[in-house]
Amino acid sequence: MIRTEELLLNVGPQHPSTHGVFRIIVKLDGEVITEATPVMGYLHRGTEKLAENLNFTQIVPYTDRMDYVSAMTNNYVLCHAVEKMMGLEIPERAEFLRLIVMELQRVASHLVWWGTYLLDIGALSPFLYAFSDRERVLGLFNELCGARLTYNYMRVGGVKWDAPEGWIDRVKTFVKDMYNRLDEYHNLVSGNEIFLSRIKGVGKYDAETAINYGLSGANLRCTGVDWDLRKAEPYSLYDRFQFDVPVGKNGDCFDRYQLRMAEIEQSLRILDQALEQFPGDGETMGKVPRVIRPPAGEIYVRIESPRGEIGCHIVSKGKAEPYRLKFRRPSFVNLQILPKLLVGESMTNLVTILGGIDIVLGEVDC
Amino acid sequence: MSEENKQEPGHEQPPSEPVESSPEPASETPSAPAAEGEAPPPVRRKETDEEKAARRKAALEAREAAKAAAAQAAAEAAKAGTASPAPVGAEGDGAAAAGGGEEQPPKPPSPNQPRLDRVVALLRELIAEDSVEEAYINEANDHLPTLVVKNEHWRRAAQLFRNHDDLSCSYLRNVSGVDYETYMEVVYYPLNMATRDCYCVKVKTDRERPSVDSVTPIWETANWNEREIYDLLGVDFPGHPDLRRIMMSDDWVGHPLRKDYVPLDPEV
Repeated sequence: MIRTEELLLNVGPQHPSTHGVFRIIVKLDGEVITEATPVMGYLHRGTEKLAENLNFTQIVPYTDRMDYVSAMTNNYVLCHAVEKMMGLEIPERAEFLRLIVMELQRVASHLVWWGTYLLDIGALSPFLYAFSDRERVLGLFNELCGARLTYNYMRVGGVKWDAPEGWIDRVKTFVKDMYNRLDEYHNLVSGNEIFLSRIKGVGKYDAETAINYGLSGANLRCTGVDWDLRKAEPYSLYDRFQFDVPVGKNGDCFDRYQLRMAEIEQSLRILDQALEQFPGDGETMGKVPRVIRPPAGEIYVRIESPRGEIGCHIVSKGKAEPYRLKFRRPSFVNLQILPKLLVGESMTNLVTILGGIDIVLGEVDC
Repeated sequence: MSEENKQEPGHEQPPSEPVESSPEPASETPSAPAAEGEAPPPVRRKETDEEKAARRKAALEAREAAKAAAAQAAAEAAKAGTASPAPVGAEGDGAAAAGGGEEQPPKPPSPNQPRLDRVVALLRELIAEDSVEEAYINEANDHLPTLVVKNEHWRRAAQLFRNHDDLSCSYLRNVSGVDYETYMEVVYYPLNMATRDCYCVKVKTDRERPSVDSVTPIWETANWNEREIYDLLGVDFPGHPDLRRIMMSDDWVGHPLRKDYVPLDPEV
C-alpha cells in the first residue's frame, strides 16, 4: 500500500456535522483515519455546580438545557428522583400527561435525528419533512406550556399546566397522521441505494464492546441486546402499555437507523394507548410540601431518554438544595466509543458514524 | 408522607449519616467558606489591573488558607478517629433511617438483603477480611445494596464485580464523585444486565490527595467519567490511560465542583 504523509486535521468545533460545538482532531493517512481525539467542553456550563445553590424547582429549567432536543425526559428524571426520595404520590392525570409528553418528545427527538442525519449524509429534503412534522409536536408542547424547546413543564409532584381544551384530540390526530408520515419516510429514504451503501456495515461493533463501553439506547440495542429501561426497569406508567423493544443484530449504522425508525412507531403505539386511557379529570399536582426538602440520603434514578439511559444521582443532606447533583448523560457516555470506531475508517465515514451515535452537545458537556 | 417531610428541618444535623460517624471536630469543617469570605466581594464596576492583581492574590491566599485548615482538620481527624470504623452489615442505617427512630424492629428485612450479604461474603472471602467498610440497603432507592469498599482493595473488588460468576456486572451504569468536605467519595453503579441486579459501590478517599484506582481497564465506560471527576473534583485515578481535563480548558486552575473552590479569576 502506498503510504502518504500523516496529516493532522481539525474538525469543529463550529462544523455543522458535529451537531453542536464538538471538536475532533483526526490523524489521517491519505483518506484513512489513524487516530481520533475528541475534544469537548465548549458548552460546559457547570450545571451540576450551579444546582448546588438552587432548589429543585429552580433546577428544572437547567435540565431543559442539557439535552435540549429532549427536554421533557430531562425534566422527568430530576422530578422523578426527588419524588422517589420523598416518597410522593403523583396524581394519575399528571403522570399520564408526563408520559404523553415524553413519548411525543421521543418522536420529535428521533425526527430531528433522522432529518439531520440524512443532511449529514447529503440528502437535503428529508430534513424538511422531518422538521415540518416535528414542528407539529413543538406546536402541541407550545399549547401545553408556552415554550417550544425549553419547556420547564414538570414539577416535583406533577406537572405545571393541565392540558388545554381539545389538546388530547389534537395529539390523537397527530399520532394518526404520523403513522402515515412514517410510511412516507420509509418510501422516501429507507430503500435508497446510495443511502444504504453509505450506512450498511459502517461503524460496526458487537454487543460485548457496547456493554463494555456502557452504551445505551439504540446504540446498545443495535447489537442485539434487549435493554430498554421502559421494559427492563419500568418507571412511570410504562408497565401498563403494550409495546415492543426493537432490537437490531449487526450493530452498524443501518441497524441504528432502523431501530430509531421503529422506535418512533412504538412510541406512537404507546401514545395511542395512553391517549385512549387518559383520565377525564383529576389533579395535575400532587400534595407537595411548600419547600421541597428531600430527606438526607442518596438516590440514583434512571430512565430511558431518546438517546439512552439518563440518570440522576442526588446526594441530599435534608436541605432544599441538593448537596451534590450528578447527571449521567447518555450522549456523553455513548460518545466514548467514537475514537475506537473511527480508526481505519475513511474521512467520509466520520460524519456517518458520529451522526449515527446521535449526540446532543448540550448533554455531552452539561 | 408530606407531614414527615415537614418535620425534616427540625433535625437536619442528627440524621445518622453513617459516612461521617467518626468523631470529626465539627468546628473545623466550615473553615473553607470562612476563608472564602475574606476575599473581597465581587464588584460590577471596571477594575484597574492593580485591583485585579490584588484580588487574584487574595483568592490564591484564601485557597491556601482553606487548604491548610483542611489539612489540619484531616490530621486531627486521623489522630482522633482512626479507631472507630463503622460497624459492617448494619442494615438500614443509611438514608431511610432519617425519619425512623424507635419503630424500627418490626420492619421485615429487605428483599435484597441476601444479595448484599452474598456480595459482602464474597468480598471478604476473596479480597480481604477488612475490604468492606460498610454495607447497607438504600431503601429509598429501590432497596439498592450499597457497599463501601476500602480504597486499597478497590481495583481487585472491581475485578470481582466484573468477573465473578455470581456477580458478572459487565455494565457500569454511572460513576459519580462527591466532595463531602472531610473526604472524597467516588460512587460506582455496576449492573448485571442478565439478572438486572444493580449495586452501589462507594470508595472513600482522602481529601487532600484524593486517589482511587482507575477501573477503565475493567470497564471502558469509566474512562471519560473518571476524567470528568478528575477535572471537576481533582481525584487522581492511577492506572487511567489518559487522565486529562475534559470539561474545563487545559490551563484551568482548580477543580470547580470542590466545595472550597474559589475561582482564580473572579470575573469568570
